[in-house]
Amino acid sequence: MSFLSIRNLSVRLKKGQPLLRRVSLDVSAGEVRGLVGESGAGKSMIGKAVLGILPPSIEVTEGEILLDGVDLLRLPPALRRKRIGALAALIPQDPLTALNPSHRIGPQITDRLVDILGWTRANADARARELLSEVQIPDPDRVLRSYPHELSGGMRQRILIASAFAAEPKLIVADEPTTALDVTVQKQILKLIAGMQTRHGTALLFVTHDLGVVSKVCQKLSVLYAGMVVEDTSVADFFAAPRHAYSAALLAATPKYTDPAAGLQPVPEAVIAAVQAEVAAFDRRAAHG
Amino acid sequence: MPFLRILFVRLLTTAITLAGVAVIVFFVIRVVPGNPIAMMLPPGATEEDIARLSALYGLDKPMITQFGIWIAGVMQGDFGTSITTRQPVLNLVLGRLPATLELSIMALVMAMILGGAAALTGTRFRGGRTEGAIDVANGMALSVPDFLWGLVLILLFGVLMPVFHISGRVTPSLDLPFTTNFYLFESLIRLRFDLWADLVAHMFMPALALAIPLAAIIGQLLKQSLKETMNLDYVTLARTKGYGETRVILREALRNAALPTLTLVGVQFTFLIGGTVIIERLFSYEGLGNMAIDAVINRDLPLIQGIVILFAVIFTGVNLIVDLLYTVLNPRLRHG
Repeated sequence: MSFLSIRNLSVRLKKGQPLLRRVSLDVSAGEVRGLVGESGAGKSMIGKAVLGILPPSIEVTEGEILLDGVDLLRLPPALRRKRIGALAALIPQDPLTALNPSHRIGPQITDRLVDILGWTRANADARARELLSEVQIPDPDRVLRSYPHELSGGMRQRILIASAFAAEPKLIVADEPTTALDVTVQKQILKLIAGMQTRHGTALLFVTHDLGVVSKVCQKLSVLYAGMVVEDTSVADFFAAPRHAYSAALLAATPKYTDPAAGLQPVPEAVIAAVQAEVAAFDRRAAHG
Repeated sequence: MPFLRILFVRLLTTAITLAGVAVIVFFVIRVVPGNPIAMMLPPGATEEDIARLSALYGLDKPMITQFGIWIAGVMQGDFGTSITTRQPVLNLVLGRLPATLELSIMALVMAMILGGAAALTGTRFRGGRTEGAIDVANGMALSVPDFLWGLVLILLFGVLMPVFHISGRVTPSLDLPFTTNFYLFESLIRLRFDLWADLVAHMFMPALALAIPLAAIIGQLLKQSLKETMNLDYVTLARTKGYGETRVILREALRNAALPTLTLVGVQFTFLIGGTVIIERLFSYEGLGNMAIDAVINRDLPLIQGIVILFAVIFTGVNLIVDLLYTVLNPRLRHG
């Protein structure tokens, strides 16, 4: 039984364009699943739907999101929020905007422990110090008293990672957690997330457009195109032999550091045309019925 | 320390501003037609009478000499003597100041409560009918000036449903034990809630009339910045933690959204104090503004000068306080 199970999830702009087309995927406890695709393929949208933070302009038209066996979409809003807050967490994309500028770091890590889970302030503070040490932040006490603007981007991302693990969630959605960071910091942060995930046994839904990252962190992989899952496979199988033509083209388009002379390989026009035809066929079927 | 330097620079510019105000008010009120001597003498007074009285008040000297004498006095804390009441201007003005301050602050508090409530409710139920209704109410409140609101309130709560007093600061027959002129404040300190209630019943309508337009401005601006703040990443992150909408607005968004509103409130508060002149007249409230109108009618030059200088001090003081508050609310400015 997988911890997170998304069944035929369709999402669209209110009275408009579909953004996710009957997406299904599973993440078992302790498993890491990568979500890859071009910009606009809907990979972040899946993460947002799971965490209940879809923008008000977007509506779910069908499907189920089972979190630990309970369909989130059928829960009343207050219960859904509580369940998500207790079982799941987000590592956001941009550490510079994801911390509240007018609160100190300490409360931003401990607030959910105290307010939602009912910990005592002392226990929560101790937990925050422990977490900051775990993400290798020197002098945790000083950092807990700091405001976000006093810390570097890499430091803030470590804090956000620590904060995501604070309540020992069973599932973490990492939404391109290294994209906004400096290349030299990216690798450390990636290692840190992978290490934390293994130690805590947390299931991870890893949204990225970087297949290199997928090969290092993930066990399973969903490839998205235009809100449709075109391939759902294990990472090992994918890198050995991708089944879908689009996945294969995507893999071929990944720049290789070992062969810089090869240059950038765009996804061939014919492959794009083929996968777009698939999307069109899907929409026709959906329209009829 | 940069903080002290900012304070020093601000005090210096404040002094220059006040000096400019002193020069302008002194000469303008002497250039415009009408003079206090003519107001004091009965019809048919002789040239001699006029000359004697002018000499008594020093009004026969060249204007620049008069200015020198006045400024020299002001430097020593002597603002001259009121021509109509023959009392020191400083005593008169400081005696009325508390009444106006209490009225303005009461109005400011009302405006912040009303405007804040409108903004928070509008944000909580944004995109719906509630928000639309709040926008309409804001527009109405904003398009009517404070003195017209005063008349509307007099009709509503003074005539149709007489629940508040429409004139004065306190019921004259009451025995007042106060030692200061901060009646409202002192009645609370002395736990005289009966007097407090009477003062509030007098102050309520003029304060509300002053507050309504400001409340609308606060409501509009704060709602706007709240709605923008609600789309920021840290608010989204807070939602994933299990917080409800109301909690997210109050805890995550309000403080950051309040900053631009606060600056505006500072500027608008000085306008509100300016509005007390007419509102105090309308409600016969014994404050500075009412005194200012009497002083102008009687051409009481020293009193006009004193009142204008005091208003200028209040305006610059309010701006200074807002700047300092801004540093407190925004941690990013603290070590700048």
